[in-house]
Amino acid sequence: MAERSFQREVEKLRLGQGEVFRGEGILAVTKALLQSGVSYVAGYQGAPISHLMDVLTDSQPILRELGIRFEHSASEATAAATLAASVHYPLRGAVTFKAPVGTNVASDALANLASGGVTGGALIIVGEDYGEGSSIMQERSHAFAMKSQMWLLDPRPNLPSIVRAVEEGFALSEASNTPVMLEMRIRACHVYGRFTARDNVRPQFTLKDAIEHPVRDVNRIVLPPASYLHEREKIEKRWPAAQQFIKAHALNERFAENEQDFGIILQGGMYNTTVRALELLGLSDAFGSGKVPLYVLNVTYPLVDDEVLQFCAGKRAVLVIEEGQPDFLEQNLHAILGRAGSSTRLHGKDVLTMAGEYTAEVVVRGVLRFIELYAPRLIDRARLPSVAGSKRPAIPALDRAVHPRPPSFCTGCPERPIFTAMKLVERELGPHHVSCDIGCHLFSILPPFSIGATTMGYGLGWASAAALQTPATEKRTIAVMGDGGFWHNGLTSGVANAVFNQSDSLLLVVDNAYTAATGGQDIPSSKAANPTRTTRLSIARAARGVGMKWVRTITRTYDVAVMRDTLRQALTTKEKGPKLIVAQSECMLNRQRRVEPQKRQAAAAGLRVVRERFGVDADTCTGDHSCIRLSGCPSLSIRSNPDPLRVDPVATVLDSCVGCGLCGEVAHAAVLCPSFYRAEVITNPSGWERVKARVSGAVIRWLQR
Amino acid sequence: MIPQTRATTIAILAMGGEGGGVLASWIVDVAESAGCFAQMTSVPGVAQRTGSTVYYLELFPDAGREPVLALMPVPGEVDIVIASELMEAGRAVQRGLVTPDRTALIASTHRVYSMTERTALGDGRVDSEALIDAAKASARVMIQADFARIAAESGSVISAALLGALATSRALPFSREAFEQAIRSGGIGVDASLRAFQAGFAAAESGAAVQRVPAEPALETQAIIEAGMQRLTDYQDERYAQEYRELLAPLPDGDVLREAARYLALWMSYEDAIRVADLKIRAERFERVRSEVRAEPGQVVRIHEYLHPHAGDIADFLPARIGGWLLASGWARRVVDRLTRRGRVLNTTSVLGYLQLYMLARMRPMRRRSLRFQRERLRIRAWLALVAEIAASDPALARELAECPRVLKGYGDTYRHGSRQFERLMEAAQQLRQSNDGAGQLRRLREAALADETGEKLEQELRTQ
Repeated sequence: MAERSFQREVEKLRLGQGEVFRGEGILAVTKALLQSGVSYVAGYQGAPISHLMDVLTDSQPILRELGIRFEHSASEATAAATLAASVHYPLRGAVTFKAPVGTNVASDALANLASGGVTGGALIIVGEDYGEGSSIMQERSHAFAMKSQMWLLDPRPNLPSIVRAVEEGFALSEASNTPVMLEMRIRACHVYGRFTARDNVRPQFTLKDAIEHPVRDVNRIVLPPASYLHEREKIEKRWPAAQQFIKAHALNERFAENEQDFGIILQGGMYNTTVRALELLGLSDAFGSGKVPLYVLNVTYPLVDDEVLQFCAGKRAVLVIEEGQPDFLEQNLHAILGRAGSSTRLHGKDVLTMAGEYTAEVVVRGVLRFIELYAPRLIDRARLPSVAGSKRPAIPALDRAVHPRPPSFCTGCPERPIFTAMKLVERELGPHHVSCDIGCHLFSILPPFSIGATTMGYGLGWASAAALQTPATEKRTIAVMGDGGFWHNGLTSGVANAVFNQSDSLLLVVDNAYTAATGGQDIPSSKAANPTRTTRLSIARAARGVGMKWVRTITRTYDVAVMRDTLRQALTTKEKGPKLIVAQSECMLNRQRRVEPQKRQAAAAGLRVVRERFGVDADTCTGDHSCIRLSGCPSLSIRSNPDPLRVDPVATVLDSCVGCGLCGEVAHAAVLCPSFYRAEVITNPSGWERVKARVSGAVIRWLQR
Repeated sequence: MIPQTRATTIAILAMGGEGGGVLASWIVDVAESAGCFAQMTSVPGVAQRTGSTVYYLELFPDAGREPVLALMPVPGEVDIVIASELMEAGRAVQRGLVTPDRTALIASTHRVYSMTERTALGDGRVDSEALIDAAKASARVMIQADFARIAAESGSVISAALLGALATSRALPFSREAFEQAIRSGGIGVDASLRAFQAGFAAAESGAAVQRVPAEPALETQAIIEAGMQRLTDYQDERYAQEYRELLAPLPDGDVLREAARYLALWMSYEDAIRVADLKIRAERFERVRSEVRAEPGQVVRIHEYLHPHAGDIADFLPARIGGWLLASGWARRVVDRLTRRGRVLNTTSVLGYLQLYMLARMRPMRRRSLRFQRERLRIRAWLALVAEIAASDPALARELAECPRVLKGYGDTYRHGSRQFERLMEAAQQLRQSNDGAGQLRRLREAALADETGEKLEQELRTQ
């Protein structure tokens, strides 16, 4: 079960013709899929498209009504390969994942898909995780579209435009026999807005039709000589067909085209920011009616040459606003203008920044520089916004007072004790090379743990320690991998690889029963029963299945001493060969969401409920904060020392404590201090408990006199 | 063309899991009910895991057609900034989102300490006043209160209290009833949210919000000495408190005496097993725990202590000769080591558990003869003698030396590490007596000793001096 429930929102997917849909951009995409008559959807979760997967999960009754197959793919490669159903059959299908990391994983299947081409519309919805709040390397999906010649949509970030992009995307895909990528930027995924809905469509040609009447066409299979044919076909047929479709359906938009002898060409996704920049410069109103010609590329690949030339005709210069690098669009535009012998000058990253997010601030400054070159009279210098000018107000120096606040392990997170144990082992055996993976456990690289040297991709934690093997030392490397990464590809690329290559190193798999970092989706080893998925598969057994011998499973990560001793054993045992520790405890965020409502109900119904939490005795705490340095739990904080003689703050446990037990375990395992207590607060205690409490309370009070 | 109308822009700075998204959707709901266009977006992603994150809204009056609304705040163009915590308010200021010509800043003044602040060995907290001053100087108006406390007192979450403050601010043209209606139509925890809304509204309106909580005044020398005597009477007996006073006698009045009095009292009341037991079994401590864990009448509370005494700790409170023998002997030490390998969890709300600590606490009269008492006594005297000696020639240096026991902290390894650091500082103080800026140098060394757990920083600083 995912972290966020969309049960309420899902009903919006049933809206019919003319009704107004209100909600997040990513929900609008889901509705648009249903309106487009999609036959199957698959994907792999990851910000910012996790919600798309979660909504689909919660909407399975609707999907069944419409005859749609929905899969939680094992990986993005699986998802992309799913689109093979559209190669021979007129089935519309969509897959989704995080870009560009998911696209990296998927690109083998995508390249094959794009080579042979498609019959039914194939849509790849990529959630672009770029700029503020991003958790991955800063790259562009654009390169993938170019290299495999798939078309790339980057619609204006409002719901009607996004919905149109989905619907027209399928049609474009079919008209040009080419898979189409729909790029959804992170803010567009989460933008709340509205659009007028249409009825959902049940596909005419069904999955049943396809399965019962199989088709094969050797010309669509990527094998020579067909593959040579495909390359020609891409250029000679599919590309012109796409350009024709884009023109005929006016997928790109032009505004105020003839207002000036200069203009701006922009990615659809940059539209709102650009209009705001123009508004601040006094060149547009709040509705986007402005004085500056705009050519909005809702399709950023391929460009439509004659549309470009038409827009540039009679213009002295155009500015291209293209977020990210390399400057693919700018190069492409240069080529188009150059080949046509156009005299229009092209600006882009010469007035804008080469790298980094195009925030409103960057765009305002870039547009201003451009307009000052060609029409300075349009700029009222007295009314410039502060971000554009030199009169920027002084910002008080707060560098020392405002600390970065990166994400970290949640309160009670079961992964924290694993790294506490690693810290304790480090004290005994010295530091080890630690190779990280992708997932919440990667927060270990930040203080207070500061553990981990590299992260090479999902499921690649152990693979990225492969070279660090030599008989010249007894010391072993450690790799960390999540359960999500393990099933994604870690079982083969990490475990089987280590077995096969006779590695002598340690892999620690964090098994928290969900893909926790992406929002708590189920995976094969999830502990919960899931009516539509097969769960409760064992990681340890899977690893033994590929030949692992030294396997230890720890069923309670909070037991720091056991964790520490097992780690020490794995790192020091004389036994050679790959070693695996599976550290299990349920993701606390999900556990709280599951258990808390049950507890509240039970307490209200008069049943016995125990709430546990930790506390610190301020009068024995000396304010050295060792406990915090070994934990970092958000609920373990500091407060002013109540002792008037002491100056340093004492540790304190906040009300958000969930009583996971780590504080006590750390105090024991690291021999810290006797200040921690665990309180059990019992609601509706049993009669016996009440009597016992009363009697011992009386004795204790007598002793306390 | 000069734009006739512009969107009202709102940025909410919060940490993941604080309900920033709920607050934003309430505002959307209020605006839409009043016939406005509302757009909201955020970059939650992985920042939801306790990191800081920004929610951004734009509202626009109905003009018959859809406006183009931005998806991210522009520095200098934000009308309302809501910060769910004080450092986040500082971050808004730092990002240029709060400007004097435009921005109404609503900030909760409570602190959620950053990792850097929490993991410092000493006091790493940033100055709240500096944050408040910067915020005030940057904002057109500022509404501040401890909205976290206000929300907790109403049994709700901070987002509801902040919505109340937003309603008071009149920064948005919507009635209070409209805000309350948004909470009602949200449908989750309505009553508690309305209470927090009401409390937030009242706090912001009464202007009580603007008052600062004055910091506790630092204790003066005499008060410190009195507090020290009380503490030591409580720790041991009146005679011990008297000794404390006598030990301070040779020191000149002033800063040196004040700091020496503070740290001498703390040092003399070092935390041994007897002291810990004594503090844990007190009636007022039982009451304090009940209130800290928010136990209600009728609920049974069990308290489990996490104790992990080592052979060293046990030898420490035994009479010096026996303690010394225990540590030196082979077999006895091994027996005790074996018995203390694992930590113990003791239920002090059970008679049996309570009695164990009770008996330990009753050993107090034996303390004077204990191994650790003898050891600390020698070290204390050496330190005080040096303070007194230096005070005669270099009072500033003496004052810094008087503060050096601050590095003696914690239990077990932490304490032993602190003791080593302290010895290094004592040696350094001796050498700095000839130095021009001995006091400054010793202060830097002390700060270095508190800068990391390994002692590396201190060694580094010692090398450069």
